[in-house]
Amino acid sequence: MPNATIIALIPLLPLAGFVLLGLFGRKVFRNSSGILATVLLLASTVLALYTAYEYFFVYGKVDSIYQKFIPLQLTWLEFYKGLSIDMGIYIDPISVMMLVVVTFVSLMVHIYSLGYMKGEERFPVYYSFLGLFTFSMLGLVLASNIFQIYIFWELVGVSSFLLIGYYYDKPSAVAACKKAFIVTRFADLGFLIGILILSFCSGTLDFQTLIQRLTVPGSSEFNTAVSYSFMGVSAITWGAALVFVGGAGKSAMFPLHIWLPDAMEGPTPVSALIHAATMVVAGVFLVTRLFPVFAITTPNTLVIVGWVGAVSAIFAAIIACTQTDIKRVLAYSTMSQIGYMMFALGVSKYGGEAGLGFTASLFHLFTHAMFKALLFLAAGAVIHYVHSNEMKDMGGLRKQLPITHITFLIACLAIAGVPPFAGFFSKEEILLAAYQNNIAIYYIALITSGLTAFYMFRLYFNIFWSKPYESHGESHHGEGGFVMMLPLVLLAIGAAAAGFIPFGEYVSSDGTPLKSNFHLQFSIAPVVLGLTGIFTAMWLYRSQNDRPAKIAASLNGFYKAAYHKFYIDEVYVFITKKILFNLIGKPAAWFDRNVVDGAVNLTGATTQAISVGIKKIQSGKVQQYAIYFLAGVIVLAALFIYVWK
Amino acid sequence: MNLLLLLIVPLLTALAVLLSANGRQVKWLSFIGSLAQLALAFILLYTFEEERATGNTAQMLFEQRYPLFQSLNISLHFGVDGISVVMILLTAFVSIAGVLVSWNIEKMTKEFYFLLLLLGLGAYGFFISLDLFILFFFLEISVIPKYLLIGIWGTGRKEYSANKLALMLMGGSALILVGILGLYFVAGHSFDLTEIAKTTIPGNIQMIVFPLLFVGFGVFTALFPLHTWVPDGHSSAPTAGSMFLAGISMKLGGYGCLRVATYLLPEGAKEYANIIIALSAIAILYGAFATMMQKDLKYINAYSSVSHVGFSLLGIGMLTQTAITGALIQMVSHGLMTALFFAVIGMIYDRTHTRMVAEMGGLMKVMPFIATIFFIVGLCSLGLPGLSGFVAEMTVLVGSWQNNDVFHRVATIAAAMSIVVTAVYILRAIARTAMGPIKNAAFLQLKDAAWNEKLAAIILVAGILSIGIAPNWLNELLRPAAEIIMNRIAGK
Amino acid sequence: MMEPGLYHILFISAALFFIGVYGFLTRRNLITMLMSIELILNSVNLNFIAFNKYLWPGKMDGLFFVVFIIAIAAAEAAVAIAIIINLYRSHHSIDVVNDEDLKY
Repeated sequence: MPNATIIALIPLLPLAGFVLLGLFGRKVFRNSSGILATVLLLASTVLALYTAYEYFFVYGKVDSIYQKFIPLQLTWLEFYKGLSIDMGIYIDPISVMMLVVVTFVSLMVHIYSLGYMKGEERFPVYYSFLGLFTFSMLGLVLASNIFQIYIFWELVGVSSFLLIGYYYDKPSAVAACKKAFIVTRFADLGFLIGILILSFCSGTLDFQTLIQRLTVPGSSEFNTAVSYSFMGVSAITWGAALVFVGGAGKSAMFPLHIWLPDAMEGPTPVSALIHAATMVVAGVFLVTRLFPVFAITTPNTLVIVGWVGAVSAIFAAIIACTQTDIKRVLAYSTMSQIGYMMFALGVSKYGGEAGLGFTASLFHLFTHAMFKALLFLAAGAVIHYVHSNEMKDMGGLRKQLPITHITFLIACLAIAGVPPFAGFFSKEEILLAAYQNNIAIYYIALITSGLTAFYMFRLYFNIFWSKPYESHGESHHGEGGFVMMLPLVLLAIGAAAAGFIPFGEYVSSDGTPLKSNFHLQFSIAPVVLGLTGIFTAMWLYRSQNDRPAKIAASLNGFYKAAYHKFYIDEVYVFITKKILFNLIGKPAAWFDRNVVDGAVNLTGATTQAISVGIKKIQSGKVQQYAIYFLAGVIVLAALFIYVWK
Repeated sequence: MNLLLLLIVPLLTALAVLLSANGRQVKWLSFIGSLAQLALAFILLYTFEEERATGNTAQMLFEQRYPLFQSLNISLHFGVDGISVVMILLTAFVSIAGVLVSWNIEKMTKEFYFLLLLLGLGAYGFFISLDLFILFFFLEISVIPKYLLIGIWGTGRKEYSANKLALMLMGGSALILVGILGLYFVAGHSFDLTEIAKTTIPGNIQMIVFPLLFVGFGVFTALFPLHTWVPDGHSSAPTAGSMFLAGISMKLGGYGCLRVATYLLPEGAKEYANIIIALSAIAILYGAFATMMQKDLKYINAYSSVSHVGFSLLGIGMLTQTAITGALIQMVSHGLMTALFFAVIGMIYDRTHTRMVAEMGGLMKVMPFIATIFFIVGLCSLGLPGLSGFVAEMTVLVGSWQNNDVFHRVATIAAAMSIVVTAVYILRAIARTAMGPIKNAAFLQLKDAAWNEKLAAIILVAGILSIGIAPNWLNELLRPAAEIIMNRIAGK
Repeated sequence: MMEPGLYHILFISAALFFIGVYGFLTRRNLITMLMSIELILNSVNLNFIAFNKYLWPGKMDGLFFVVFIIAIAAAEAAVAIAIIINLYRSHHSIDVVNDEDLKY
């Protein structure tokens, strides 16, 4: 059985770091904050690895199926008997795998930041935010209750907000963090309503019970969920689709992706941790958590998931080919790769061999975390050296940054799907799953993988080859010390070797081990396409020439549209500025000041006007009063005499 | 515990303040007095929990009754249930924070503190009263000091605001008084809440009396469209005045809506529930959108209060036990949050001498403590988990969702949509004040919070966190009381 | 000679009353107005006495009232004249048209 204390410590240690550094960082831990946070996270990582080992090799498997455990569950808020938000720990292959990924990448980023962020004024604050993020992300992956996921979902959102806005005096960073939070918040609204629907259908918020009740045809919950419909769509489909909207927002799926490229305003290690390896895959994680409901009860929603993923994948890949800010290229690449994971889920079914897409998706999540974190950290090393994000300021850096160069190359090969690097294996499985279930998505994926290879090597050649590096006169430090290189090397090992893990043995849709089936002839097409992409990039960017400009010119309109990210941002600006602010906000404020408040003031003014009229009666003329009095007496007398007798 | 202590302590403090010699003495006396109130509130909480733990399931605990006018059947009848205990705690928290942030009041210090303490006294009396006449009496006690606080120590169009606030609240009081008298004559000449709760009031009377009471208390709690005293009142009031106004006074209304209107007149509540829901759903969204366009920090918080308070009215209108519990949690949460928000705005205003968002920027650099608190309270307002706002809103939404029909669903979704709009305006406000480059070079000289401001902020943040991190204690305190109300509504 | 009956007295009292009212409403001199009030009061006195004599001859209630009214009228006249004197001091006039300060 899993040890609740040990697992609980994994998220609580980074939380302790957050609290300690948040409260006392400025005074007590001024210089030791980075070390403190890193040590805490190291402990957490060790515990996570230990848990993973114990789970996968000691107690996890019973009758050759990986079991689900809930070693800890505390009632956090009880709405009524039977419906409560619990804080729990849910141990299954997915969460254990995620534990390892999150703690490992976070540890790498913690170590890396010791060098990268050195000398920052708000160093302790940075580490406390990292701790908050790591805690929230771990809480999210361990969640046993759908509301618990939502809680931590919001917390990772806010940590992301805080870290993107770390350089708070830079207006672009402020705008970016705001945008990231608001766009994901908008998606979370869908998630929240989805939760409400699912909880109402199933009468519970607990994952296990919820899945159990909603996936067994014939149970009363299942029947209400399927039969109750709104606008011709069943309740469960609404619920699942809305939950997916939340996931799509966090995972930057089209059209909710606009925050991700801007989020690159944050410090680069943060981008590596949050916006590449962990938080942005939360959407994928969410769908996998509810996968039985998606796959069994409402397969239509899964089709949506698949298409959103596929469209995002190719859409982002096209944009990535045109961007010049290296972090933005990586951001779009992240979006594209998450699109891969999403459509892999979309083409998957529940259980057995048909669940290949599920396994492939999580496998890709795992390998992607390695190579994308590596790409970002390596890019960080480059930016650290060059003090610029723009490709044009780089070139020929392979001599100055040898370790960065090699590790970056490994990561590029991995993401391009060149065997035997990690990306090859996971992509292969995804393509196979797509091929078996949805041929249209398969072709999209194939084209995307060619594009991926192209833009990654465009990036690679532009940074490390192209032209000889010319120093801009700043005093140059070296490549970054040991603390910055160590994570690169460790992640490079991961990116090179992670593919050999027999992932299907451990993680599958229903817990039964899945043999990885490798088809040589099947992998020819993607590999050839990938290599074509690489050689095209080499031909265009290895040395300076005018071919890229010519091609861009020949594609004129399309290139421009892609360069401007297909004007999605402008659409959003139009919706928010013109519609939300000018058409709703302003009229509401005007209405309140003028109509509602006007009514109040009108009441006052009317009263005043009436009293101005009435006060004339009190004229100060004694004889007038006497006449009124007399008239009153006469009227009363008349009344008494003739009317009331 | 003897509930009279809750009245005697503030009263004695207020008298002592009147008799004290100088400003320094006044402040310390008030501080000690409000500290004593806080201690009393905690003792009350403790003894209440103890009493409940022994198995005492009576609706009201620590009941006391002293006849006052026997001919009219008016008596000083006090008692508390979970709701009152929580509200008293809220009052104590806001009181001490209010006393602390007013530390620098120079003008008529003695009178200022006297009125603050009087306001607190009114609130305590209101929350423990079980006799509608006495309840009304304490409600009125809490109106007059507000008028003076705004009129004398306010800023901007203070006379206008003070008049508007006092007149609108008095208008509400008038409706309440008529409603209470209606109840008195129907329920066999009794003002006693527990007595009235035992009688069955004919349906047609409920249809008349319920709107009187609900709208009357609704004015106090900014029921749309009777909310316009809120923005003006808050923006003109001194910092502590705003804190009391939003943190306590608006809760008097919510408490009255629930305890007096809904509890005593369940048929009326059922009849008018849809109107309440519609109005509060409108208030939630409309308040949020109106907030988006505000440029003054106090107006931002005032309009966002309209939106947030909409959640508690929505919860009451939804008439499910979870939603009502949520409404109560929202009252507490909003009380703490908004008091803190006004405190922070006051601190910023004291330093920068402006409340205009456009004129600030980069305050994080010069006053990190205040800016951090601003962040926390902003995040609480937009419903971040771990802070109290989230718990309240989620409870209301989950409770609302239990009503299984399109109207309730639409209202719930409309209310839920506000979490996005709230995020928009809060983040805009935070980004423009706390973040970004410093626009005004004079700001570089500004000092961070002083000890009293820090203490006030920490006290309120502690309240917010205690609800946000471990909400179940509050939930368990409120739920049985909400259940009793629900049972009466369900006719059990 | 015919003894005057109730109606005669009532006629006189009514006439006195309306003379008083007319005087009060039309005179502008405060003193004259005060005198008009005295006329009104005396018309009332007459009524009391007449009714007492003709309706309840054996009782004294009406007479008591009259005594009260006379006493009060005296007091009232004293107060009124005091006010008038003060008015004269401040306004240098006892014309009612000039004394319209007591208004909104």
